Amino acid sequence: MKRNSLKLALLGTTLMASSAYAEDVTLIIESWRNDDLTLWQEQIIPAFEAKHPGIKLQFTPSAPAEYNAVLNSKLDAGSAGDLITCRPFDASLALYEAGHLTDLSSVDAMSNFSDVAKSAWQTDDGSASFCVPMASVIHGFIYNKDAFAELGIDVPTTEDEFFAALDKIKEDGTYIPMAMGTNDQWEAATMGYNNIGPNYWKGEEGRQALIAGEQKLTDEAWTAPYATLARWGQYLGDGYEAQTYPDSQNIFTLGRAAIYPAGSWEIAGFNTQADFEMGAFKPPVQNAGDTCYISDHTDIGIGMNAASEHPEAAETFLAWVASPEFAEIFGNAVPGFFPLSNTPVELADPLAKEFVGWRDECESTIRSTYQILSRGTPNLENETWGASVAAIKGANSPEELGADLQKGLSSWYAPHQ
Amino acid sequence: MNRPRFRWHILVFLAPAVLVYTAVMIFPLFNTLRLALYTEIDQSRVFVGLQNFQTLFFDPIWSEQFWNALGNNFWFFLIHMLVQNPIGIALAALLSHPRLRFAALYRSAIFIPTILSFVIVGFAWKLILSPIWGIAPSMLDAVGLKSLFAPWLGKEEYALTTLALISVWQFVGIPMMLIYAALLTIPEEILEAGEIDGITGTAAFWKIKLPLILPSIGIISILTFVGNFNAFDLIYASQGALAGPDFSTDILGTFMYRTFFGFQLQLGDPHMGSAIAGAMFAIILVGVCIYLFGIQTRMRRYQL
Repeated sequence: MKRNSLKLALLGTTLMASSAYAEDVTLIIESWRNDDLTLWQEQIIPAFEAKHPGIKLQFTPSAPAEYNAVLNSKLDAGSAGDLITCRPFDASLALYEAGHLTDLSSVDAMSNFSDVAKSAWQTDDGSASFCVPMASVIHGFIYNKDAFAELGIDVPTTEDEFFAALDKIKEDGTYIPMAMGTNDQWEAATMGYNNIGPNYWKGEEGRQALIAGEQKLTDEAWTAPYATLARWGQYLGDGYEAQTYPDSQNIFTLGRAAIYPAGSWEIAGFNTQADFEMGAFKPPVQNAGDTCYISDHTDIGIGMNAASEHPEAAETFLAWVASPEFAEIFGNAVPGFFPLSNTPVELADPLAKEFVGWRDECESTIRSTYQILSRGTPNLENETWGASVAAIKGANSPEELGADLQKGLSSWYAPHQ
Repeated sequence: MNRPRFRWHILVFLAPAVLVYTAVMIFPLFNTLRLALYTEIDQSRVFVGLQNFQTLFFDPIWSEQFWNALGNNFWFFLIHMLVQNPIGIALAALLSHPRLRFAALYRSAIFIPTILSFVIVGFAWKLILSPIWGIAPSMLDAVGLKSLFAPWLGKEEYALTTLALISVWQFVGIPMMLIYAALLTIPEEILEAGEIDGITGTAAFWKIKLPLILPSIGIISILTFVGNFNAFDLIYASQGALAGPDFSTDILGTFMYRTFFGFQLQLGDPHMGSAIAGAMFAIILVGVCIYLFGIQTRMRRYQL
């Protein structure tokens, strides 16, 4: 089928001998998102090609776990595609430093993005941006609307209301108050610590201060989330210590738990699994009326191979990726992965809409450990996993955890020495 | 004065095995050891001698993880020696009993887990022991012992022992088969001679059969040692590369994997990874040498 249309196209070019066809440029896109293959082939590529005759796109994803290694060897051998899907932070920064990615700071379309959105694909001093931000994931809590209605609970906005709601669910006993386990460890850090934490360290303000060395992990702002996590333990299901990530997902979508500490990437899966109505609420603030902060974590970007033979065409494509048109297609096709451009996007999925709506009410930040701070040994992100689990289990006090993490960070990170 | 002709066919027949073995075993082994002597500074590889090993053993951040992993490895090995091998020997002794019915059935049933993949074993046991969907809590509940159940794989104090016992369950068939084979080679006449001297039943096992199968037990011990210190798959399949909870199930294999290939935001460090692999190699080599020169040469053998 595909080959036939190719033949027809070739035939067409010879018959018409039109110069426009003869100059067709094909751009190859490297990506790890093989889940999105049909989305690219059926929606994104046709939409782009219709607007930009003369540029053809080819989306060639590889398996997520192999992507970094495959891409590196292709880049070294000079056989990589023109456009490179970028992992956030250090993996892509290393590519830029090795001269594989083009500096895009001068591209006009980059002004469509906020500094937080761009931070994942910038040099440490922010002077060069090398990937166009594509999508982020937002943290919060997904809840079972039916359960809340049944128990007469209102959606909590402050921490007191949050724990009051958990108490009420626990007392009633029909539902497990919160579906999360500590077996796989990362949920405790990602959906726990970095979910509620930005409200304590005031989002970007605290994160930047930590990177600059002005704040320490032993400061109240960084240990207080552990104290809150310590209170979570009693609301998690029986045997949560051995509960895995898929266990938690299943417990919630089977309707056995009332609240699920979530990332927006769950939306698509939950929509197909759960047969009750779901809602979402943002991480509760300490006092009513406090500014709220959300973790709006940059996850996917796309950049240009410095060795590309068609830099103009690639730039045209990147400018289009930065446009609202792309954002709308992408945001609706993969609910839960939110476009990062400043122009608001109309999303159809109600749950995704709720998540993305928080951007207007709250300040956005990214996960505290991802930029720069996880570059050394011991790795702060991995250490945070263990610390968050220890906090939930009550194995260590928040102060001990803060001191341990600080000791590890100080051992290699100059601004903290 | 006829010099013996050089026997080319020996070379020709040896060549394929030697070449393949060199390419896939010897070369990578020595290259890994070589890699351990380098480090990467500013995108180029620099020779640093034994510095990686110094970091591994003396830098508190690395050495704490290394000794933790090594200690866990010894515990893993100890459980196998104390549980797997005695049970394997006992099962073999029972199976070789001449009046046991359905011996072949038991033999296959006990041996089958050995041929299963680690991933299947890890996953199946994770489900069995799951506090949410598992059958372990409900089975204990049925006999009124629910209070004994704990989320074993999620508790620091039980997780490693639980995994070691799962591994024992999987591999108990190997010592059983080896000992069973050794027991079958013991001639009837010896046992009959013993019977005439009044040694029967359990006494016959302790006084006649056990000394005769000691060399097999030695081989099993060394196989267990090598297997345990190279272990990785089961821990990785059931607890992930971080070997949770809180590194309580971290063994040298998972430590090496995490360091060599990186994990999550931690970028891989092939040089430190190779240093750990080198340390593993040295530990196994020393263990095997102690066995070969210290124990095996002194073991008494009987001509049957």
